[in-house]
Amino acid sequence: MKNRLKVLRAERDWTQADLADRLSVSRQTINAIEKGKFDPSLPLAFKAARLFNLRIEDIFQDDVDEPS
Amino acid sequence: MTTHSGSDYCENTKRNTMRLALWTFAWLISMALVNFGPTLLWGENVTLTWVAVVVNLLFGLVMIWANKVYLMSTDELQQRIQLQAMGITLGIGLVGGLAYANLDTTNLISGDAEIAHLVMLMGFTYIVALIASVRQYQ
Repeated sequence: MKNRLKVLRAERDWTQADLADRLSVSRQTINAIEKGKFDPSLPLAFKAARLFNLRIEDIFQDDVDEPS
Repeated sequence: MTTHSGSDYCENTKRNTMRLALWTFAWLISMALVNFGPTLLWGENVTLTWVAVVVNLLFGLVMIWANKVYLMSTDELQQRIQLQAMGITLGIGLVGGLAYANLDTTNLISGDAEIAHLVMLMGFTYIVALIASVRQYQ
């Protein structure tokens, strides 16, 4: 799953630790999500969406190609 | 997902890790007391030996509770890492432990199978599996 966490974080000039603090998770978890090595749970995705005031699909995108 | 109040995730995890470390240390000390107390401290006094055994058991139960609290306080990635490490440890411990017991019952090894060897195997497996799981998500 692709995500825009790194971009959204950079726009706000937040470090990974800052974002981790705001989402109440470890910095390692933010790093793993940003690198696409770990997909967050739905509650954590909702929490991120609330934090950035965006919809979940504006932050996280399925990387499976849609059939044309 | 485990929820935490605001920005106290790190503090909460530190506190629970410290609590787990303290109870693990207390359990280890009580284990040493059970094993060495009768020979080095109180001799043939069976009552004191029973007290040491019960204290060791109680400390062990508190350590298990502290471990559960610690695990529940970690975030979803940390819980997954722990689950992977503990799953591999359980599997290796079960398969390796029973295979080791088979060696003993079939007399393929000269000495008796010692439970301490199984504990060492599980401890080593857990550390290696934990490191591998952490690296997987780095």
